[in-house]
Amino acid sequence: MIQSIHPLIITIGILFVVVNTAALLIWLERRLLALWQDRYGPNRVGPFGLLQVLADMIKIFTKEDWVPPFADKPVFILAPAVIVVAVLMSFAVIPFSPDIWVVDLNIGLLFFLAMSSMGVYSVVLAGWASNNKYSLLGGMRAAAQMLSYEVFMGLSLMGVVMMAGSFNLREIVETQKGMWFFIPQIFGLVVFMVAGIAETHRLPFDLPEAESELVAGYHSEYSGMKFGMFFVGEYLGVTLISAFITTLFFGGWLGPSFLPPIVWFILKTFVFICFFILLRASLPRPRYDQLMAYGWKVMLPLALANLIVTGGIILAIG
Amino acid sequence: MTVVFWISAAVTVISTVMVITRRNVVHALLYLIVSLLAMAVIFFSLGAPFVAALEVIVYAGAIMVLFIFVVMMLNLGARASQQERQWLKPRMMIGPAILAAILMIELGYAIFAGGGIEIITGEPVGAKQVGMSLFETYLLGVELASILLLAGLVGAYHLGRRDRSEEEES
Repeated sequence: MIQSIHPLIITIGILFVVVNTAALLIWLERRLLALWQDRYGPNRVGPFGLLQVLADMIKIFTKEDWVPPFADKPVFILAPAVIVVAVLMSFAVIPFSPDIWVVDLNIGLLFFLAMSSMGVYSVVLAGWASNNKYSLLGGMRAAAQMLSYEVFMGLSLMGVVMMAGSFNLREIVETQKGMWFFIPQIFGLVVFMVAGIAETHRLPFDLPEAESELVAGYHSEYSGMKFGMFFVGEYLGVTLISAFITTLFFGGWLGPSFLPPIVWFILKTFVFICFFILLRASLPRPRYDQLMAYGWKVMLPLALANLIVTGGIILAIG
Repeated sequence: MTVVFWISAAVTVISTVMVITRRNVVHALLYLIVSLLAMAVIFFSLGAPFVAALEVIVYAGAIMVLFIFVVMMLNLGARASQQERQWLKPRMMIGPAILAAILMIELGYAIFAGGGIEIITGEPVGAKQVGMSLFETYLLGVELASILLLAGLVGAYHLGRRDRSEEEES
């Protein structure tokens, strides 16, 4: 009985933790942004403003959920669900500790890439279904941006795959026992990080929703919990990319044994989430053509060069 | 895994029919994405996880996004679906149906009279095996495909390139 329930408990536990992390990130991001911008941030509701999350939740659930009459209704409703589903699916392949994981897929890394490419549809379809020119522009930017950055997101990870000799994330973590991959794969890490920010369309790469030029881009027409889904999807995306940076480049659950493995994993992931927020606090948004040129002219050659050099060294050594 | 195969096969067929009969282009494309995802599940259930992942990444994840991108740029409205309604008469189906029926008969013949039925065991084929057969047995095909892609790339560059003299004039 216990045996058959065990995976179910783990799955529900992971879902619970991950979704709550996304909710807490709303508060964390606002507090940290405030800290770096020399102001207080939300500090009125509850201790340290922690209950702000709850207040936001109540507000967003009770808001009027409105579908514009000119929108394409089924697609309009489908779009926000896609991103949350796609991102949550990716969490299934992450090994959180030696004995906490959902599935042990042999193609774990490819599964993550596949799911992240599914996430694109959410933004693109939302932009199209809103039937509004600013939304459409946002959706088109998102399609071009995410498609381009996906290319070398995949390429940047192949160095790690070559060194580990497997797509299986557990094996990738195990092979990092001697040395974490961020040392030999520093260029892979840089490219993956940049691509990860672009994939989650966070600032500085939030061109699809650039509020100074496109109102709110692809989610201009969304309100209530549908808008909330995009928001949760974005924070889940940040958590996911941080968890993957931890798993692929910083040894996952590995660490000195005075702390249990899962704690190491959470600590490392937390550091990268804070780094994402720091980026938002400090970097301005590039122009759209600069973003595309940067991707294809700097990041792609860098990823390819990293791939060739890594392959050459592995071939030469053994 | 047999149940998985049958369910995903049914989803593939139904969604493909929906692709053909939808008059709204984006809805048709969404059904095509579902069809491709179901196909990936079929590959997975047959023991080809690597192909399944590539199917999702390349077809469902990249090529279909480009399709939707183009549809968004064309800004097809009610007029386009009106036009589609005029074109999609049952009479239009006769030609393709005959050709498809010939192919179907041929396939049936090949399966039942030719090679006989071989049951797929569902033994997983890993990425390493796929890579080895691509770059050993089918190396020529891979190289030819890459030449074709390169030609496409150069062509796209040529079409998209802005002439310097033209730029100065405008």
